[in-house]
Amino acid sequence: MSSDTSPGLAAGGALRVMGSETEFGIHAPSAPGANATYLSSQVIAAYSRLTRGRGGGGGAEAGTGWDYTDETPLRDARGWTVSRGQAHPDQLTDIEPVLTAEAVALAHGPAEIELDGDQEPALMNLVLGNGARLYVDHAHPEYSSPEVTNPRDALVWDLAGDAVALAAVRALAEDRERGPVNLYKNNTDGKGASYGSHENYLVPRSVPFGELIAGLTPFFVSRQLVCGAGRVGLGQDGSRPGYQVSQRADYFEAEVGLETTMRRPIINTRDEPHAVADKYRRLHVIVGDANVSHVANYLKFGTTALVLSLIEAGKAPQIEVHDPVPALHRLSHDTGMTETVRLIDGRRLTGLEIQWMYFEAAAKLAADQGVAAEHGGDGHTAEVLRRWEAALTDLGGNLDAAATYVEWLAKLRVLDGYRSRDGLAWGDARLGLVDIQWSDVRPERGIALRLAARGALETMADPAAVAAAVVEPPEDTRAWFRGKSIQHFPRGVASASWDSVVFAPPNSYRLQRVPTREPLRGTKALTGALFAEHPDLEGFLAALLGERHT
Amino acid sequence: MAGQEHKSTQPRDEEEAVEVEVPTPAPGASQDQANTQGVDDLLDEIDNVLETNAEEFVRGFVQKGGQ
Repeated sequence: MSSDTSPGLAAGGALRVMGSETEFGIHAPSAPGANATYLSSQVIAAYSRLTRGRGGGGGAEAGTGWDYTDETPLRDARGWTVSRGQAHPDQLTDIEPVLTAEAVALAHGPAEIELDGDQEPALMNLVLGNGARLYVDHAHPEYSSPEVTNPRDALVWDLAGDAVALAAVRALAEDRERGPVNLYKNNTDGKGASYGSHENYLVPRSVPFGELIAGLTPFFVSRQLVCGAGRVGLGQDGSRPGYQVSQRADYFEAEVGLETTMRRPIINTRDEPHAVADKYRRLHVIVGDANVSHVANYLKFGTTALVLSLIEAGKAPQIEVHDPVPALHRLSHDTGMTETVRLIDGRRLTGLEIQWMYFEAAAKLAADQGVAAEHGGDGHTAEVLRRWEAALTDLGGNLDAAATYVEWLAKLRVLDGYRSRDGLAWGDARLGLVDIQWSDVRPERGIALRLAARGALETMADPAAVAAAVVEPPEDTRAWFRGKSIQHFPRGVASASWDSVVFAPPNSYRLQRVPTREPLRGTKALTGALFAEHPDLEGFLAALLGERHT
Repeated sequence: MAGQEHKSTQPRDEEEAVEVEVPTPAPGASQDQANTQGVDDLLDEIDNVLETNAEEFVRGFVQKGGQ
């Protein structure tokens, strides 16, 4: 059992240390062909300028570096490490990316190339006062949420990332020199390029990786029916006309593997725990779609957390999908949801039937553990189970209801409306436009957000909670220590990472690295008094290092 | 088999999916009328915010691959 997963979190349900990563699609309408890495750095810089205006104690601090000490992107969960020489350059995410003058030149065009002293250096990384990381990942701005302990907070702090993206877009729209730059919470340009929206879950090291592969693969092949975001076009380059359930499915080519930018695997084996490595692994899930729908996003985290609890308890459905990669594609291409996948034992099941098997197993485990009880439960599992069951029921017979929160279906309804009203074929550019603009982060432009505003797409998160999450870290993980350190000592933090904060004490040449390798320490309960009692960094560090609260 | 009874009984053929319903029924109106009206209103609203040149925008939306 998972008593060692997350001390303090009830086992058997949806509680777990987790977090999201969103790579945004980026588009500069007035500068087609601009260098995407440079544009992305402009987004980071724009947000940095905004938060600097907020002042210390308010939010993010510009220029806080990333501490790469514990990054191990080439370590494979199956027990080996890829040599740097064998790795693709894209895999070397443990070194600071450098934006070259050539890239800047490409971005600006030949007319205005000058990296003179007045220009700010390209900003590639920020650690925010809410505990998140905002940085340039390859050629996209990425928001990595702070660590949270439950799916509702995962939704809220992921939405905070959308708000961060929107704030940067607004700032650049008013910037005649640099803007406008627009951001899209999607995963593909429909022409062959895909970029991820990843989930991370803390899992005890004692769970054999093989059991994670076995337990998760059928679930991942089928969960797109609940949390897919929908996509116009079939095939990686979108050249075959049509509509499919998932943004990401067609870009997956392997069952298990280390890569994330090519030959993408359904199960990613990157073994970079960002925590005490003997005790934990961080399961890095790359097969999901970015969601604008709150319910889809919530269920993505909630149901996956439940399935991990099933695997830890040895109670996952004992099914094995034959050839899971084509099965993933097939289920994505069948919006009628009648397509079946073959199991190793010869049975054929629809995606919904597989999801029901996982749901029933998760409901039973939760009942056995008492975590879904209305009184005395863990406060989260009951809602995940209720919404999961409703989604499977609605997808099986009440599509009108499902279309108010299942994202791919909501998008399909709009597209079908256009097809019907204007007689458009699937290859028509207007349908491609609706698909892209669906995920525009601007409420006045984003079609999904327009639907939400008129009540046609259900929202779950309280806007006030999201606004607070833009500024404040979650209280119940180490993200609190990270975020508060940046808020309280904006000039005293040299760098930070998931598992460290590096302080630069005044009047000292020595940096003080404080490891935060236990995700459930560094909480408000454990360090709140310390921050309150020591407004000065020297006193704070003396007390911290004397007492080791984190 | 677990879950068999939940199987979808109404497969949709997307090529023929011309009957569109969006759940924004107006109170008092019949469901179908309300839905048709809801879709029309919704599409009108979207028409007003869509980027002006669909062809050009879709062609110009070129991304680099990521993780």
